Amino acid sequence: MQFMLLFSRQGKLRLQKWYVPLSDKEKKKITRELVQTVLARKPKMCSFLEWRDLKIVYKRYASLYFCCAIEDQDNELITLEIIHRYVELLDKYFGSVCELDIIFNFEKAYFILDEFLLGGEAQETSKKNVLKAIEQADLLQENIDYQTRLFAGVMVPSMASESSGLFQS
Amino acid sequence: MPAVSKGDGMRGLAVFISDIRNCKSKEAEIKRINKELANIRSKFKGDKALDGYSKKKYVCKLLFIFLLGHDIDFGHMEAVNLLSSNKYTEKQIGYLFISVLVNSNSELIRLINNAIKNDLSSRNPTFMCLALHCIANVGSREMAEAFASEIPRILVAGDTMDSVKQSAALCLLRLYKTSPDLVLMGEWTSRVVHLLNDQHMGVVTAAISLITCLSQKNPDEFKTCVSLAVSRLSRIVSSASTDLQDYTYYFVPAPWLSCKLLRLLQCYPPPEDGAVKGRLVECLETILNKAQEPPKSKKVQHSNAKNAILFEAIALIIHYDSEPNLLVRACNQLGQFLQHRETNLRYLALESMCTLASSEFSHEAVKTHIETVINALKTERDVSVRQRAADLLYAMCDRSNAKQIVAEMLSYLETVLKVAILAEKYAVDYSWYVDTILNLIRIAGDYVSEEVWYRVIQIVINRDDVQGYAAKTVFEALQAPACHENMVKVGGYILGEFGNLIAGDPRSSPLVQFNLLHSKFHLCSVPTRALLLSAYIKFINLFPETKATIQEVLRCDSQIRNSDVELQQRAVEYLKLSSIASTDVLATVLEEMPPFPERESSILAKLKKKKGPGAVSVTEMEDGKREGGELNGGGDRGPDSTPSPSADLLGIRSAAPVSAAPTSAGSLLVDVFSEAGPAASSAAVNDEGFLRFVCKNNGVLFENQLLQIGIKSEYRQNLGRMYLFYGNKTSVQFASFTTTVSCPGELCSQLNVQSKPVEPLVEGGAQIQQVLNIECLTDFSEAPLLNIKFRYGGALQNLTLKLPVTINKFFQPTEMASQDFFQRWKQLSQPQQEAQKIFKANNSMDTEVLKAKLLGLGMALLDNVDPNPENYVCAGVIQTKGQQVGCLLRLEPNAQAQMYRLTLRCSKDSVSRRLCELLAEQF
Repeated sequence: MQFMLLFSRQGKLRLQKWYVPLSDKEKKKITRELVQTVLARKPKMCSFLEWRDLKIVYKRYASLYFCCAIEDQDNELITLEIIHRYVELLDKYFGSVCELDIIFNFEKAYFILDEFLLGGEAQETSKKNVLKAIEQADLLQENIDYQTRLFAGVMVPSMASESSGLFQS
Repeated sequence: MPAVSKGDGMRGLAVFISDIRNCKSKEAEIKRINKELANIRSKFKGDKALDGYSKKKYVCKLLFIFLLGHDIDFGHMEAVNLLSSNKYTEKQIGYLFISVLVNSNSELIRLINNAIKNDLSSRNPTFMCLALHCIANVGSREMAEAFASEIPRILVAGDTMDSVKQSAALCLLRLYKTSPDLVLMGEWTSRVVHLLNDQHMGVVTAAISLITCLSQKNPDEFKTCVSLAVSRLSRIVSSASTDLQDYTYYFVPAPWLSCKLLRLLQCYPPPEDGAVKGRLVECLETILNKAQEPPKSKKVQHSNAKNAILFEAIALIIHYDSEPNLLVRACNQLGQFLQHRETNLRYLALESMCTLASSEFSHEAVKTHIETVINALKTERDVSVRQRAADLLYAMCDRSNAKQIVAEMLSYLETVLKVAILAEKYAVDYSWYVDTILNLIRIAGDYVSEEVWYRVIQIVINRDDVQGYAAKTVFEALQAPACHENMVKVGGYILGEFGNLIAGDPRSSPLVQFNLLHSKFHLCSVPTRALLLSAYIKFINLFPETKATIQEVLRCDSQIRNSDVELQQRAVEYLKLSSIASTDVLATVLEEMPPFPERESSILAKLKKKKGPGAVSVTEMEDGKREGGELNGGGDRGPDSTPSPSADLLGIRSAAPVSAAPTSAGSLLVDVFSEAGPAASSAAVNDEGFLRFVCKNNGVLFENQLLQIGIKSEYRQNLGRMYLFYGNKTSVQFASFTTTVSCPGELCSQLNVQSKPVEPLVEGGAQIQQVLNIECLTDFSEAPLLNIKFRYGGALQNLTLKLPVTINKFFQPTEMASQDFFQRWKQLSQPQQEAQKIFKANNSMDTEVLKAKLLGLGMALLDNVDPNPENYVCAGVIQTKGQQVGCLLRLEPNAQAQMYRLTLRCSKDSVSRRLCELLAEQF
């Protein structure tokens, strides 16, 4: 896999992971181009498309599009399931994940992805093992002011589409 | 549900993200970010040492800002400091920052590599993994130099934890990809290959990616992996779905690993060892057999995982190209998929069959599916699938079926380009050429590539004898209620350049032209809208009298605040240009386009570029007119012949309405004055504009040759304010201009409308404004009437319009969850409370258009409520002075039948009925 992008229906980029070296300018250009292309596609269309010399595999979960670029000999269907497994991992970790979780805890979304995929290849496909690794890390953290944690959730304004669970649709 | 910050809550970060999300504009966001950057900079520079938590928080904020798309040029040093923290989360954020914001400063790299080295030797598996993740994410040459020799040791060491092995394998893979010369496996090769035998499935899954990549480059050194891979695959394929526990995915045992194993085997020829080969063939047969078994789950994940393995197995069968039996079975399996209801499977089957077609063993089997593939080419709705079908037809074409395939391809794919080329080639008079191409766009707009309409524009611009005709023709073509976007593009461009050539005719006066173009605007994609905006600014130059109207359009929020940068920029710049530039400057800037240099047709260039069957026909085309005649089957069409041959091709000549006299154009103008004599007493009520405003608040309500009435309105609770703009389009003053608003019948007790009198004189070209204050006392069904009287020349003009004040304007949207919605729906179950209509779609059934209308209606459009995602449900409360009326709406489109079913349930029956009436006209 060459890169993975998560973006909203409004075209806002929520996560970007690049497994090939590219300049920031090139990354922005690719993102703009792909977001436009994918958002313009109709719901029943095929999840794969040819783009430059790569294959794009994408799937929409609630308000978020998950979009992967793979190489010619890579397997499209298994990539679709890579996306699904990642959504499952997020869902399990956050407890019915929604776009807001990924906005406010973007660093966690990156950490979970790193446990699952590394260098663009599946590192660990067992849901249990990935979550175990993440939770062990969470246990290692220092004691935080309890109040801080209580309030962090309250600050978040709720917006209808972004707070809908990714698995509801 | 609000997001819960799990793990280490960084409150300052959450507050900052909230702030950014609350910013109403890009400027506000940049301002907030600059403030934060200044704050962080001062904290980092301050003399007080920051504690780890603060440092982590600020580094994380910088990361967030960078990921939003802004540049970050500091904070690297603080992030590097975090790497040596012994608190896990601090270290973790430090590594994340470093991986995302790679820096080439050599001093920093030295520090980073030091920190990584420490973590790698820490023997703490979580720290080791973090360090390995960082190397894999950055993957730079410097890191390869520092660690390429260390990581293989970690990978094969007996005491390395499984999770560390997994990270090490993929880390090494990444380094190998960037710097293959630095990654030397040598002595480790055999131990790495034996990772395929590891007990831990995760280790095998990670290691196999590395082994595959290394095998591609050094097949001989790694060839022992073949037998290991076969036995591993065999164990997985023959295992029961529960044997592999958490590595079973939706009842499919280890799908990722299976795919990777099959992929690794594709790096090698078929195994020479008979036993290994037998075992592998058995595996492949089992996979093919499983495809015929009933699914163990209805979930798409199950079938995707299962079919992912199947397609990979077929790829291996094709790669070997030596087992006729397997090849034919694969082909039959793919044949089944060709008619599968999942678009994804049809796409992949077409793609995979394309490679099967080139094998001598399966070529014949592939050919048996020709009818299905031709059908796909004709009926698939997704262009990417059609492309696959075309590729496959090309691949399966041979002497036996060439005629059929070529005929299909010709009639389908290349037709459009060919028509365009022939039309140009044989064009004697260019008005015929313009007719033909516009007809082409009308009939087959979807298949007309950009090159085709570019070429029309080039030709029209270069030939002044055809410009007036082209303007007239596009103007008429745009009258069609649903015209193709490519037509709008050509129309916008040509009217923007040459609209003046037809402006003398009152039926295509400047404002009529503009309104016609603008009526298409909102249904078009961004590039077309951008083109239209440019046409508008050209209009301001061509026709100064349209300036006010166009400026108003440019000024409205949907333009100058459009979320698309390009549109926004054009609107802002054109608005500014039109307000500050003098007429002379405008005339220079917006001068007519100069002629294009004569060059090769862009269409021909495109056809030449195409490979495959198209190329054959190009040569025929270029061979000249003699051959062209053959292609058309028309006999003796020489260079001087009439243009009819290409018209014959599609029979479009007979369908051409364009050259006919514009009989229908007169009905365009709502000419209420035509019968009004000098003493016209009353005029019929004009409600033409009324229904267009149910779902919107601003726009032009009425327009004829004399007068234009624009509306802007806003509503809050049960109150509303409407601004009416009366524009005198003539150069003569209107005298005794009076307007009266009345509420007929019982409406006067339901709606309270107050207005101030307007100035009695409206100068030529001037616009006056009137404000109405509206109060909704109780629900209502009728509309207030606006009567306008004035003298133009000697004649008294009298006009009555329905004012678009409808009950839905007083909606307050109500968000609710699915459960609440259906509970309330059930509560409103009395028959009178429901109103329902089934009606034919009058407009596009496009999701975005529908959504925009429903939002314009004023209710909340609720996502994820209706179990059928095609349906729309809305909820809202109508606010009147006396009471509140709760309303629920459900709209069920049926795209096939082009019908809708609309259901309304409201707490008051009269409201259900009225809303249903109003809305049935909107879609």
